[in-house]
Amino acid sequence: MARTSYLCWSLLTFLLAFSTQSAEMPLNMTQGVTEISQQVYHLHMKIFYICCAIGVAVFGVMFWSIIHHRKSKGVEPAQFHESTKVELLWTAIPVIILIIMAIPATQTLIAMEDTSEADVSILITGSQWKWHYKYMDHKVEYFSLLATTRQQIDNKLQKGENYLLEVDRPLVIPTGKKVRFLVTSDDVIHSWWVPAFAVKKDANPGFINEAWTRVDQPGIYRGQCAELCGKDHGFMPVVVIAKEQADFEQWIAQEAATQAAAKDAELKLLAMNMSKEELMTLGEKTYMGYCAACHQPNGMGIPGVFPALKGSKMALEDLPAHIDIVLNGKTGTSMQAFAKQLTLSEIAAVVTYERNAWDNNTGDLVQAADIAKAQSK
Amino acid sequence: MSTVTTDPHAHAEHEHHGPAKGLKRWLYTTNHKDIGTLYLLFSLLMFFIGGAMAMVIRAELFQPGLQIVEPNFFNQMTTVHGLIMVFGAVMPAFTGLANWLIPMMIGAPDMALPRMNNWSFWILPFAFSILLASLFMEGGGPSFGWTFYAPLSTTYSNDSTALFVFSVHIMGISSIMGAINVIVTIMNLRAPGMTYMKMPLFVWTWFITAYLLIAVMPVLAGVVTMVLTDKYFGTSFFDAAGGGDPVLFQHIFWFFGHPEVYIMILPAFGIISSIVPTFSRKPLFGYASMVYATSSIALLSFLVWAHHMFTTGMPVAAELFFMYCTMLIAVPTGVKVFNWVATMWRGAMTFEVPMMFSLAFIVLFTIGGFSGLMLAITPADFQYHDTYFVVAHFHYVLVTGAVFSIMAAAYYWLPKWTGHMYDETLGQWHFWCSLISVNVLFFPMHFVGLAGMPRRIPDYALQFADFNALISIGGFAFGLSQLLFVWLVVKCIKGGEKATDQVWEGAEGLEWTIASPAPYHSFSTPPEIK
Repeated sequence: MARTSYLCWSLLTFLLAFSTQSAEMPLNMTQGVTEISQQVYHLHMKIFYICCAIGVAVFGVMFWSIIHHRKSKGVEPAQFHESTKVELLWTAIPVIILIIMAIPATQTLIAMEDTSEADVSILITGSQWKWHYKYMDHKVEYFSLLATTRQQIDNKLQKGENYLLEVDRPLVIPTGKKVRFLVTSDDVIHSWWVPAFAVKKDANPGFINEAWTRVDQPGIYRGQCAELCGKDHGFMPVVVIAKEQADFEQWIAQEAATQAAAKDAELKLLAMNMSKEELMTLGEKTYMGYCAACHQPNGMGIPGVFPALKGSKMALEDLPAHIDIVLNGKTGTSMQAFAKQLTLSEIAAVVTYERNAWDNNTGDLVQAADIAKAQSK
Repeated sequence: MSTVTTDPHAHAEHEHHGPAKGLKRWLYTTNHKDIGTLYLLFSLLMFFIGGAMAMVIRAELFQPGLQIVEPNFFNQMTTVHGLIMVFGAVMPAFTGLANWLIPMMIGAPDMALPRMNNWSFWILPFAFSILLASLFMEGGGPSFGWTFYAPLSTTYSNDSTALFVFSVHIMGISSIMGAINVIVTIMNLRAPGMTYMKMPLFVWTWFITAYLLIAVMPVLAGVVTMVLTDKYFGTSFFDAAGGGDPVLFQHIFWFFGHPEVYIMILPAFGIISSIVPTFSRKPLFGYASMVYATSSIALLSFLVWAHHMFTTGMPVAAELFFMYCTMLIAVPTGVKVFNWVATMWRGAMTFEVPMMFSLAFIVLFTIGGFSGLMLAITPADFQYHDTYFVVAHFHYVLVTGAVFSIMAAAYYWLPKWTGHMYDETLGQWHFWCSLISVNVLFFPMHFVGLAGMPRRIPDYALQFADFNALISIGGFAFGLSQLLFVWLVVKCIKGGEKATDQVWEGAEGLEWTIASPAPYHSFSTPPEIK
């Protein structure tokens, strides 16, 4: 026995020494940057300390027993087996402790769920596997995709500092304002979570949930999707940048102008034809960002889950059907409608790419005008 | 039944009636001990299959990046690991213990419905063959988590869903039949003089568990059927476009799911309440309050389901109701822990392996209870929900809770089952290796979760890397430690020191009055109850 426990302790010491390397990971819940997240943190600590105190008391009595009331010490066992007084006492005391816990929890909860009188409203829509942000009071909306490269995930490149927690276009919110999030989904259930705000809200398809925050410190805050949403659930992070009110105003005005200009440019493009190289370059970029998660970078798909595009009938022959499925998706499957997610030229390019990449050498060139024509039908 | 004993031919037959030989014995058996053994061995096999899947998960998570499996397969592993462990390992283990022990504990010759007993076991291997076979389908097996939330399991799943639904149906039928058998046996076959309040606590906790099973397994059957019809027959229970609601799925699922977690822990309470008095050589403290506490936990379990769903966007009033009800469960659970500690107080304890597992159960299950209480606090739950903090919580209550209690039970009753004492040194090795590795495995998950790592992800941010490596080492060590248990059980079946009838110095109860190994038919004439 002595030898056994010696071995066990040395193993434990080794493992503890091993664990001390990870000094960079916080060991506790974040305090966050909002009043609510501070309240949640303190609530968490309060319950934690109460649990510790109960644990020390109960386990203390138990280990006292284990050490002193053992047969090897020659003790005679007592024979008592009930005591109404004691049993009532240890039913009543926990009830009182629970009431003490419930009061602050109730107060915080009511504050968290009060989404009234918001200054800014943002519609957040989850879809497999990206977030879409739409500012309700401005003509600004965009998708936010994982920015970490495939090579980093596949261990072919050194992983960056914000590995899996970086996006191409973060959500931008003003500081000092009550920001209301309207959360919904286009396909399965997702959950929008930013630990620093203590906001986690499920995105349910067909329903809109509400949450809110008021951030006082400008900064970059990172989170992740928290509800299993299919294959790439681990790869749809949330990044929020909080800017001072003036910076936010400037940013959103510029963003609105850029998006309006892009729409005009799109119309002009209808009259122009892109070369095959241009289409293939833009097409590959779009494909990798929007299509490769399911259909795979090599166009082979995942048998039984996501169909292959390489050598498929649709990508080789039926062009109208090909354009239609990219534009409108296919109901009852994971294939999304990309008409609103991508520009006309991006759709034209990606269809061209799919019809010419991986030995799909159809030679078909699809232009933005073709897409516009298909859309107007 | 009573006509059997008055028929001389039947009596003569009875004299020669022993187990048949070979495979037929196991296929056709209606004997509660044989069926109990089948359940226990099946559960052990499933424990290793589900465990192997956990090893795949831990191997992938050993380092950041994708290196061993791709995300779609990773999701199949987390899903099937959960299903196998819940429905294949823990539940059949408790049913096996119920089969072996309830007739012996209440002074009955067998279970009340022996043919149904045979059937309820023998459909299980088919259920799990179907589930495991679905992994080899094109596109793989179920990958939507063991909770199979719609619409991920309906519109967005592949055709293995149909097999999943069918196998869950068979598991449900098996559980319901097992539960009916337990209730009928306890109500009808108790020895004269054994009133309800004289039943051993293991019998009591299983009695209550059986009612929970009958209440909620049909709900599970209903919800999987709704998934099936939504996917294949054009209904829209969970599809807003057709007037349904995906959150409805979660309400129905957790109305089954929460009582289900108590189904997996109440029999454990019964086991611990049998073992602690034996090795403390002192009667159980507060028998009556144990019965009442178990009943109130069972009743409360029907009122707390939505605490799994705080982030789905419920009205504040509903969130408050479910938070208060959930917190209330801490009271009867606390009573149980206090009673066990009071049983040890001023006893004369010894520390054989069953007692060691029971002590570890009390401490570690209570830690799982503490994190459960923290999770009940709705505002804090918004931060904990769907992170590794939850994973840590339910593995503390299910592994160091349910599984440790099953280990304790196996060690405690093995001498009665086999007639041989198990190897105490090997058992202590198994205990200490399991205890240390299980904590290296699950304790750091609390920190990883609080630091913000979501559950069910195949890859993670770099800050979580060191802790995940440590967790994986704990996982591999825990998995390997369980091989010691298999070795020990095989050794104990093959031979070993002869066990006495009472086996343990402080053991009390009818099962300790009959021979070791227990005769094929325990009590042909009912024993007298003092």
